[in-house]
Amino acid sequence: MPLPVLPLRVEGLVKRFGALTALDGISLEVRAGESLGLLGPNGAGKSTLIRTIVGRVVPDSGSVSIFGDPAGSTEAREALGWVPQELALYPRLSCRENLEAFGRYHGLGGAKLRDAVAWCLNWAALEDRAGDLVKNLSGGMKRRLNMAAGMIHRPRLVLMDEPTVGVDPQSRNRIFEMIAALNGEGISLIYTTHYMEEAERLCERIAIVDHGRFIAQGTADELVQRSFESRSQVETRFAPGAEGVDVWVSGRGGRLTGDTAQFAVNHSLEIAGLLESAAGAGLEVIDVRLQRPNLESVFLQLTGRELRD
Amino acid sequence: MTVPFIPIVRTALNALRRDGAALALSFVLPIAFFSIFAVIFGGRKDMTPRVAVIVADEDRSAQSQRLVAGLQAEGSLRVMLRPEAQQGVQQMEYTAATAEAAVKAGTASVALIVPKGFGANPVSFGPPRGDAPEIQMLEDTGDAIAPQVVAGLLQKVGMTAMPDALIQQSAKFMDQFTGGLTPAQHDRLEGNIQLLRGLLAAQGGRGASGGASASGGFGGGILPVKTRAVVGENKRNPMVSFYAAAIGVMFLMFTSSGAAGALLDEAESGTLDRVLSSRITMTTLLAGKLAFNMLLAFCQLVMMFLWAWAVFGVDFFGHIPGFTVMGVCTAFTVSAFGILLASLCKTRAQLESLSTLVILIMSSIGGSMFPRVLMPESMQKAELFTINAWAIDGFTKVFWRDEPVSALWPQVAVLLAAGIVLFCLARWFARRWEF
Repeated sequence: MPLPVLPLRVEGLVKRFGALTALDGISLEVRAGESLGLLGPNGAGKSTLIRTIVGRVVPDSGSVSIFGDPAGSTEAREALGWVPQELALYPRLSCRENLEAFGRYHGLGGAKLRDAVAWCLNWAALEDRAGDLVKNLSGGMKRRLNMAAGMIHRPRLVLMDEPTVGVDPQSRNRIFEMIAALNGEGISLIYTTHYMEEAERLCERIAIVDHGRFIAQGTADELVQRSFESRSQVETRFAPGAEGVDVWVSGRGGRLTGDTAQFAVNHSLEIAGLLESAAGAGLEVIDVRLQRPNLESVFLQLTGRELRD
Repeated sequence: MTVPFIPIVRTALNALRRDGAALALSFVLPIAFFSIFAVIFGGRKDMTPRVAVIVADEDRSAQSQRLVAGLQAEGSLRVMLRPEAQQGVQQMEYTAATAEAAVKAGTASVALIVPKGFGANPVSFGPPRGDAPEIQMLEDTGDAIAPQVVAGLLQKVGMTAMPDALIQQSAKFMDQFTGGLTPAQHDRLEGNIQLLRGLLAAQGGRGASGGASASGGFGGGILPVKTRAVVGENKRNPMVSFYAAAIGVMFLMFTSSGAAGALLDEAESGTLDRVLSSRITMTTLLAGKLAFNMLLAFCQLVMMFLWAWAVFGVDFFGHIPGFTVMGVCTAFTVSAFGILLASLCKTRAQLESLSTLVILIMSSIGGSMFPRVLMPESMQKAELFTINAWAIDGFTKVFWRDEPVSALWPQVAVLLAAGIVLFCLARWFARRWEF
């Protein structure tokens, strides 16, 4: 039975750069209208995966198909929109000229190009800055224009590689609104980030990448449920320089990072027992917090490392 | 005690050590430039250029043949009696007409025509006389040096290669102006002239100085010579059109490599990746860059020659077809050259260093900084491997020699072929940006 034509189907991708394995057998599917978040620390392989899907990196093995066409084919290029992590714009051209240039590179012209430019300027809220040179825009505006340039040919699958890097909170919210508008149009989206709150907010499904592999996939709730079930997380901070903390934390099934330990508890009443035990071991606890586990907790649970390492 | 500025020096040294391009600019370029200038102007005897002179002996008398032999014996002259053999077939000796055509074509800057009847009255004292045919010196005024060298050496050879003719002619004048010698004096003089001829024959026709460089001046001239400019006689300034092309081509190369550097900026900013993820392929992208750089280079050449026309009187509008052909070919080749340099470099800084190094060396060898007549013969051969030399040759044909467009085919062919090869190489090196 033939497989259904999906916006994106990735099978067994392997890519090595010398001794470094950037992608280690990654497989992935994105359904129509779905937004998938790729979450992982720097160097996890997110950008290599994105560049392979775009056709800018040739994998050592594995395959990528975009709406049934191989990555790099003309059909795939037309179906795909890419917002690279870098500000891939012409700094000496105006916003409008940049959009026109990238539109022409995609074969647009005449009324189609004019309409596409107008849509992009409106989508990125840059209509009143259309004639301004890119080099004179603020960081947030440049980011929005960078996103608009990836949308000029109105793709059906969009890859966004950390589009909010270095952006102030106000511009970040504007970018979130732009992405929400795309979701509303039924466009499929892959969004890479190492900000878990962005992934939770923008993506229906999240795939956690580490060392070139997916270590978990699902909705944010599913990932938390899978790692913590119904347990909550207790974060305990000790007085600096306390001795024997590591032995005590591992003895209680916790995880120590610096002078802070995390424990998973089934009920908040278990906190009292923890504090009593710490006092019995002669450890001074200076702060205790009970919180619902989030994606950061999941990542820590799965890898033993912070997401921003 | 630590000297406070030592850490600054150490940091700068570490940075320089890792910047190969800066090191090359600091040490390789000065040495390369010094060597080129030393070879050209340093006067190494084995590399001193010889002045090429075409000689057409229409008299073929004993005197004219001795004069030609004397010229051939001059170490600083390269006498050409016939065009170079073609496909192994020796060509006919030059005549007055073919010698003039050869000067116009740029084969040599000077031609000497020894006329019929020269042997009867080879030496002239005082102003030219109707019965003494004059040697014609045809010159290309674009070469300020060669005609003067040839004129001086011709007079020297006249004295050293034909002393018998000198004495004989003196006796004629003595007869004419003093009432004549007695028959006994005539006989003795004739005997001595024959003895001198015998000595000259024993020396194998070489001049008395044996071709060694003479000391002393040559004054007004013993041999009657009439000089005629056959190239550039109506031009205002012989060197202006040369330098318009020479300097123009050099700066064209700088402009082209700078413009091609946009590729590196785009690669660094990620724009190149984005462009290549659209419908644009690497070949299309490079072709587009080539077309833009060509347009830029051509406009630059137009500006250069318009300025030369407006300020220095170069006849630009009288040579539009030739200029267009040479301009397009030159622009194509330098553009491809610029893209090749950019495709070889990883950063803009590397490109700037490499292009400065290559372009300045190529320009000094290729004739953009000084005319090729000043260069040793070996360097004149080396310049055939430079874009500058072929472009300058073509523009010189157009603006200096007034040659038709059809005469530009060697330059056009070489420049186009070089441009295609350079572009193909650039495309090959640009593969690194593809994936």
